[in-house]
Amino acid sequence: MTEMHPHPYLFIVIFIGVALAFPLVPLALAWAWRRFFQPPKPGAEKNATYECGVESIGEAHIQFQSQYYLYAIIFLIFDVEAVFLVPFAVAFTGLPVGAFVAILIFLLLLIEGLAWAWGKGCLQWAR
Amino acid sequence: MSEIDEKLRTELQRQGIWVTSMQELYNWGRKNSIWPLQFGLACCAIEMIATAASRYDIARFGGEVFRPSPRQADLMIVAGTVTKKMAPQIVRLYNQMADPKYVIAMGACAISGGPFKQGYNVLKGIDRYIPVDVYIPGCPPRPEALLHAFMELQRKIDGQKLTGTDKAEFLKPEQLSEFPVPKFGEHDLEPPANRDVFQPPKLERV
Repeated sequence: MTEMHPHPYLFIVIFIGVALAFPLVPLALAWAWRRFFQPPKPGAEKNATYECGVESIGEAHIQFQSQYYLYAIIFLIFDVEAVFLVPFAVAFTGLPVGAFVAILIFLLLLIEGLAWAWGKGCLQWAR
Repeated sequence: MSEIDEKLRTELQRQGIWVTSMQELYNWGRKNSIWPLQFGLACCAIEMIATAASRYDIARFGGEVFRPSPRQADLMIVAGTVTKKMAPQIVRLYNQMADPKYVIAMGACAISGGPFKQGYNVLKGIDRYIPVDVYIPGCPPRPEALLHAFMELQRKIDGQKLTGTDKAEFLKPEQLSEFPVPKFGEHDLEPPANRDVFQPPKLERV
Protein backbone atom coordinates (compact mmCIF):
# COMPACT_ATOMS: atom_id res chain seq x y z
CA MET A 1 0.00 0.00 0.00
CA THR A 2 2.79 2.43 0.89
CA GLU A 3 4.55 1.65 -2.36
CA MET A 4 1.55 2.55 -4.44
CA HIS A 5 1.14 5.95 -2.82
CA PRO A 6 4.19 8.24 -2.85
CA HIS A 7 4.96 10.43 0.09
CA PRO A 8 2.16 13.00 0.52
CA TYR A 9 4.65 15.88 0.52
CA LEU A 10 6.52 14.71 -2.57
CA PHE A 11 4.60 17.13 -4.77
CA ILE A 12 5.98 20.06 -2.76
CA VAL A 13 9.50 18.85 -3.50
CA ILE A 14 8.59 18.66 -7.19
CA PHE A 15 7.08 22.15 -7.03
CA ILE A 16 10.26 23.54 -5.47
CA GLY A 17 12.34 21.89 -8.18
CA VAL A 18 10.19 23.35 -10.94
CA ALA A 19 10.13 26.75 -9.25
CA LEU A 20 13.91 26.78 -9.10
CA ALA A 21 14.43 25.49 -12.62
CA PHE A 22 12.00 27.96 -14.16
CA PRO A 23 14.11 31.07 -13.54
CA LEU A 24 17.53 29.39 -13.31
CA VAL A 25 17.51 27.63 -16.68
CA PRO A 26 16.89 30.83 -18.74
CA LEU A 27 19.48 32.68 -16.65
CA ALA A 28 22.01 29.92 -17.25
CA LEU A 29 21.20 29.93 -20.96
CA ALA A 30 21.68 33.70 -21.10
CA TRP A 31 24.95 33.42 -19.24
CA ALA A 32 26.18 30.68 -21.56
CA TRP A 33 25.16 32.76 -24.55
CA ARG A 34 27.12 35.74 -23.31
CA ARG A 35 30.06 33.52 -22.46
CA PHE A 36 30.38 31.76 -25.81
CA PHE A 37 28.85 34.05 -28.43
CA GLN A 38 28.25 37.64 -27.44
CA PRO A 39 31.38 39.67 -26.69
CA PRO A 40 30.77 42.19 -23.90
CA LYS A 41 30.95 45.80 -25.01
CA PRO A 42 30.85 48.07 -22.01
CA GLY A 43 31.40 51.79 -22.35
CA ALA A 44 31.16 55.06 -20.49
CA GLU A 45 27.70 55.86 -21.89
CA LYS A 46 26.37 52.35 -21.58
CA ASN A 47 27.43 52.07 -17.96
CA ALA A 48 26.07 55.49 -17.04
CA THR A 49 23.57 55.53 -14.20
CA TYR A 50 20.87 57.60 -15.85
CA GLU A 51 19.22 56.64 -19.08
CA CYS A 52 17.10 59.58 -20.16
CA GLY A 53 19.59 60.75 -22.78
CA VAL A 54 20.48 63.97 -21.00
CA GLU A 55 23.72 64.16 -19.06
CA SER A 56 23.19 64.62 -15.36
CA ILE A 57 24.68 67.83 -13.99
CA GLY A 58 25.22 69.06 -10.47
CA GLU A 59 24.74 67.35 -7.16
CA ALA A 60 21.96 64.90 -6.49
CA HIS A 61 21.86 65.85 -2.80
CA ILE A 62 19.92 69.08 -2.97
CA GLN A 63 17.89 70.44 -0.06
CA PHE A 64 14.51 72.05 -0.04
CA GLN A 65 14.17 75.16 2.06
CA SER A 66 12.28 74.66 5.29
CA GLN A 67 10.14 77.72 4.47
CA TYR A 68 8.12 75.51 2.18
CA TYR A 69 6.05 74.49 5.21
CA LEU A 70 4.18 77.78 4.85
CA TYR A 71 3.05 76.84 1.36
CA ALA A 72 1.99 73.47 2.68
CA ILE A 73 -0.09 75.07 5.42
CA ILE A 74 -1.81 77.51 3.08
CA PHE A 75 -2.50 74.74 0.62
CA LEU A 76 -4.01 72.71 3.41
CA ILE A 77 -6.27 75.55 4.52
CA PHE A 78 -7.77 76.18 1.09
CA ASP A 79 -7.81 72.54 0.03
CA VAL A 80 -9.56 71.22 3.13
CA GLU A 81 -11.94 74.17 3.04
CA ALA A 82 -12.96 73.38 -0.53
CA VAL A 83 -13.38 69.67 0.21
CA PHE A 84 -15.79 70.35 3.07
CA LEU A 85 -17.54 73.42 1.67
CA VAL A 86 -18.90 71.68 -1.41
CA PRO A 87 -20.88 68.98 0.47
CA PHE A 88 -21.83 71.63 3.00
CA ALA A 89 -23.31 73.78 0.26
CA VAL A 90 -25.13 70.83 -1.30
CA ALA A 91 -26.69 69.74 2.01
CA PHE A 92 -27.24 73.29 3.28
CA THR A 93 -31.04 73.46 3.18
CA GLY A 94 -31.56 70.19 5.04
CA LEU A 95 -29.04 70.80 7.83
CA PRO A 96 -30.08 70.87 11.51
CA VAL A 97 -28.84 73.77 13.61
CA GLY A 98 -26.22 71.65 15.40
CA ALA A 99 -24.53 70.63 12.16
CA PHE A 100 -24.64 74.20 10.88
CA VAL A 101 -22.92 75.49 14.01
CA ALA A 102 -20.38 72.66 13.81
CA ILE A 103 -19.39 73.56 10.28
CA LEU A 104 -19.18 77.22 11.21
CA ILE A 105 -16.77 76.37 14.02
CA PHE A 106 -14.76 74.29 11.59
CA LEU A 107 -14.64 77.21 9.14
CA LEU A 108 -13.63 79.51 11.95
CA LEU A 109 -10.67 77.25 12.73
CA LEU A 110 -9.54 77.40 9.12
CA ILE A 111 -10.08 81.16 8.92
CA GLU A 112 -8.03 81.50 12.08
CA GLY A 113 -5.19 79.65 10.34
CA LEU A 114 -5.55 81.92 7.33
CA ALA A 115 -5.50 85.01 9.54
CA TRP A 116 -2.37 83.71 11.24
CA ALA A 117 -0.68 83.09 7.90
CA TRP A 118 -1.77 86.50 6.63
CA GLY A 119 -0.43 88.21 9.70
CA LYS A 120 2.85 86.38 9.29
CA GLY A 121 3.14 87.80 5.76
CA CYS A 122 2.86 84.45 3.95
CA LEU A 123 0.45 85.83 1.36
CA GLN A 124 3.09 88.19 0.00
CA TRP A 125 4.71 86.99 -3.19
CA ALA A 126 8.12 85.40 -2.83
CA ARG A 127 10.73 87.77 -1.52
CA MET B 1 21.02 26.30 -42.61
CA SER B 2 23.18 25.21 -45.46
CA GLU B 3 24.11 21.69 -44.29
CA ILE B 4 20.66 20.23 -44.78
CA ASP B 5 19.17 19.84 -48.19
CA GLU B 6 16.11 22.05 -48.54
CA LYS B 7 14.06 19.29 -50.15
CA LEU B 8 14.91 16.87 -47.39
CA ARG B 9 13.89 19.49 -44.89
CA THR B 10 10.53 20.03 -46.56
CA GLU B 11 10.01 16.29 -46.70
CA LEU B 12 10.79 15.96 -43.01
CA GLN B 13 8.46 18.84 -42.20
CA ARG B 14 5.69 17.10 -44.07
CA GLN B 15 6.20 14.13 -41.76
CA GLY B 16 6.03 16.39 -38.72
CA ILE B 17 9.75 16.57 -37.98
CA TRP B 18 11.17 20.04 -37.64
CA VAL B 19 14.89 20.37 -38.24
CA THR B 20 16.58 23.59 -37.24
CA SER B 21 19.90 25.02 -36.18
CA MET B 22 21.01 27.15 -33.26
CA GLN B 23 21.36 30.13 -35.57
CA GLU B 24 17.89 29.78 -37.01
CA LEU B 25 16.31 29.29 -33.62
CA TYR B 26 18.14 32.28 -32.19
CA ASN B 27 17.29 34.55 -35.08
CA TRP B 28 13.69 33.36 -35.12
CA GLY B 29 13.32 34.30 -31.50
CA ARG B 30 15.08 37.61 -31.99
CA LYS B 31 13.19 38.77 -35.04
CA ASN B 32 9.82 38.04 -33.48
CA SER B 33 10.48 39.96 -30.29
CA ILE B 34 11.94 43.27 -31.38
CA TRP B 35 11.27 45.75 -28.61
CA PRO B 36 11.33 49.35 -29.85
CA LEU B 37 12.44 52.28 -27.77
CA GLN B 38 9.47 54.39 -26.79
CA PHE B 39 10.20 57.82 -28.07
CA GLY B 40 8.87 60.03 -30.83
CA LEU B 41 10.24 63.27 -32.14
CA ALA B 42 7.65 64.82 -34.41
CA CYS B 43 4.61 64.07 -36.54
CA CYS B 44 6.01 60.68 -37.64
CA ALA B 45 5.57 59.61 -34.03
CA ILE B 46 1.80 59.89 -34.51
CA GLU B 47 2.04 57.37 -37.32
CA MET B 48 4.23 55.20 -35.11
CA ILE B 49 1.59 55.36 -32.38
CA ALA B 50 -1.05 54.43 -34.95
CA THR B 51 1.12 51.47 -35.96
CA ALA B 52 1.23 50.32 -32.37
CA ALA B 53 -2.50 50.75 -31.86
CA SER B 54 -5.19 48.23 -32.67
CA ARG B 55 -5.89 49.00 -36.33
CA TYR B 56 -2.37 48.34 -37.60
CA ASP B 57 -1.22 46.39 -34.56
CA ILE B 58 2.52 45.97 -34.61
CA ALA B 59 1.99 43.21 -32.04
CA ARG B 60 1.37 40.89 -34.98
CA PHE B 61 5.10 41.19 -35.65
CA GLY B 62 6.19 40.99 -32.04
CA GLY B 63 7.08 44.64 -31.71
CA GLU B 64 4.37 45.95 -29.42
CA VAL B 65 6.50 46.14 -26.28
CA PHE B 66 7.65 49.76 -26.46
CA ARG B 67 10.29 50.10 -23.76
CA PRO B 68 10.77 53.36 -21.88
CA SER B 69 14.40 52.47 -21.12
CA PRO B 70 17.17 52.10 -23.71
CA ARG B 71 18.61 49.23 -21.68
CA GLN B 72 15.64 47.05 -22.59
CA ALA B 73 15.16 48.12 -26.19
CA ASP B 74 16.40 46.44 -29.37
CA LEU B 75 15.17 48.92 -31.92
CA MET B 76 15.29 52.67 -32.14
CA ILE B 77 12.62 54.15 -34.40
CA VAL B 78 13.80 57.68 -35.15
CA ALA B 79 10.32 59.04 -35.84
CA GLY B 80 10.51 62.65 -36.89
CA THR B 81 12.65 65.71 -37.35
CA VAL B 82 15.93 65.51 -35.48
CA THR B 83 16.85 68.97 -34.30
CA LYS B 84 20.44 69.75 -33.50
CA LYS B 85 19.38 70.28 -29.93
CA MET B 86 18.06 66.72 -29.79
CA ALA B 87 20.79 64.90 -31.73
CA PRO B 88 23.24 64.40 -28.82
CA GLN B 89 20.47 62.93 -26.70
CA ILE B 90 19.53 60.49 -29.46
CA VAL B 91 23.14 59.37 -29.92
CA ARG B 92 23.46 58.96 -26.17
CA LEU B 93 20.29 56.88 -26.00
CA TYR B 94 21.57 54.75 -28.87
CA ASN B 95 24.84 54.25 -27.02
CA GLN B 96 22.96 53.10 -23.96
CA MET B 97 21.01 50.43 -25.81
CA ALA B 98 22.27 46.88 -25.36
CA ASP B 99 23.62 44.97 -28.33
CA PRO B 100 22.27 43.82 -30.74
CA LYS B 101 20.56 47.09 -31.60
CA TYR B 102 18.91 48.37 -34.74
CA VAL B 103 17.76 51.72 -36.06
CA ILE B 104 14.87 52.59 -38.35
CA ALA B 105 15.00 56.11 -39.77
CA MET B 106 11.32 56.91 -40.24
CA GLY B 107 10.29 59.64 -42.62
CA ALA B 108 12.01 62.21 -44.76
CA CYS B 109 13.24 64.24 -41.79
CA ALA B 110 15.02 61.40 -40.04
CA ILE B 111 16.61 60.40 -43.35
CA SER B 112 17.76 63.77 -44.62
CA GLY B 113 16.11 66.67 -42.82
CA GLY B 114 13.16 66.46 -45.19
CA PRO B 115 11.15 69.65 -45.77
CA PHE B 116 13.10 71.35 -42.97
CA LYS B 117 16.50 70.57 -44.47
CA GLN B 118 17.26 74.26 -44.97
CA GLY B 119 16.56 75.02 -41.33
CA TYR B 120 19.56 76.11 -39.31
CA ASN B 121 18.42 73.95 -36.41
CA VAL B 122 17.69 70.71 -38.24
CA LEU B 123 20.05 67.77 -38.49
CA LYS B 124 20.26 66.57 -42.08
CA GLY B 125 19.65 62.93 -41.26
CA ILE B 126 20.33 60.85 -38.19
CA ASP B 127 22.68 58.61 -40.18
CA ARG B 128 25.33 61.28 -39.69
CA TYR B 129 25.91 59.97 -36.19
CA ILE B 130 24.50 56.45 -35.83
CA PRO B 131 24.25 53.57 -38.30
CA VAL B 132 20.76 53.16 -39.74
CA ASP B 133 19.46 49.75 -40.77
CA VAL B 134 16.23 50.63 -42.57
CA TYR B 135 15.19 53.93 -44.14
CA ILE B 136 11.51 54.72 -44.74
CA PRO B 137 10.77 57.58 -47.11
CA GLY B 138 7.52 59.50 -46.77
CA CYS B 139 6.20 62.60 -45.07
CA PRO B 140 4.99 61.04 -42.90
CA PRO B 141 5.13 57.38 -43.92
CA ARG B 142 1.90 55.51 -43.43
CA PRO B 143 1.73 52.82 -40.74
CA GLU B 144 1.92 50.20 -43.48
CA ALA B 145 5.29 51.65 -44.48
CA LEU B 146 6.56 51.32 -40.92
CA LEU B 147 5.31 47.74 -40.85
CA HIS B 148 7.13 47.13 -44.11
CA ALA B 149 10.32 48.54 -42.62
CA PHE B 150 9.78 46.32 -39.61
CA MET B 151 9.49 43.29 -41.86
CA GLU B 152 12.62 44.32 -43.72
CA LEU B 153 14.42 44.52 -40.41
CA GLN B 154 13.14 41.07 -39.51
CA ARG B 155 14.50 39.82 -42.82
CA LYS B 156 17.86 41.35 -42.00
CA ILE B 157 17.93 39.79 -38.54
CA ASP B 158 16.98 36.44 -40.02
CA GLY B 159 19.99 36.56 -42.31
CA GLN B 160 22.56 37.42 -39.65
CA LYS B 161 25.13 34.73 -39.00
CA LEU B 162 26.39 33.70 -35.59
CA THR B 163 29.71 32.19 -36.60
CA GLY B 164 32.26 32.47 -39.37
CA THR B 165 34.05 35.46 -40.79
CA ASP B 166 30.86 37.03 -42.13
CA LYS B 167 29.07 36.87 -38.81
CA ALA B 168 26.90 39.72 -37.63
CA GLU B 169 28.63 42.96 -36.71
CA PHE B 170 27.44 43.00 -33.11
CA LEU B 171 29.16 39.67 -32.46
CA LYS B 172 32.55 40.97 -33.49
CA PRO B 173 34.57 42.08 -30.45
CA GLU B 174 36.35 44.84 -32.38
CA GLN B 175 33.09 46.41 -33.55
CA LEU B 176 32.27 49.26 -31.18
CA SER B 177 28.74 49.68 -29.93
CA GLU B 178 29.13 53.29 -28.82
CA PHE B 179 29.51 56.29 -31.08
CA PRO B 180 30.85 59.70 -30.13
CA VAL B 181 28.18 62.09 -28.94
CA PRO B 182 28.27 65.41 -30.85
CA LYS B 183 28.77 68.59 -28.85
CA PHE B 184 27.07 71.95 -29.27
CA GLY B 185 29.47 74.17 -31.21
CA GLU B 186 29.28 77.84 -31.99
CA HIS B 187 27.29 77.43 -35.21
CA ASP B 188 26.76 73.71 -35.63
CA LEU B 189 27.21 70.41 -33.89
CA GLU B 190 30.83 69.40 -33.41
CA PRO B 191 31.62 67.38 -35.44
CA PRO B 192 28.91 68.00 -38.09
CA ALA B 193 29.02 64.29 -38.98
CA ASN B 194 30.76 61.17 -37.78
CA ARG B 195 32.84 60.21 -40.82
CA ASP B 196 33.17 56.60 -39.64
CA VAL B 197 29.42 56.18 -39.90
CA PHE B 198 28.35 58.73 -42.46
CA GLN B 199 29.60 57.83 -45.90
CA PRO B 200 27.18 59.25 -48.43
CA PRO B 201 27.56 58.20 -52.05
CA LYS B 202 29.47 60.69 -54.13
CA LEU B 203 27.73 62.28 -57.07
CA GLU B 204 29.83 62.19 -60.19
CA ARG B 205 28.81 64.36 -63.09
CA VAL B 206 29.75 63.03 -66.48
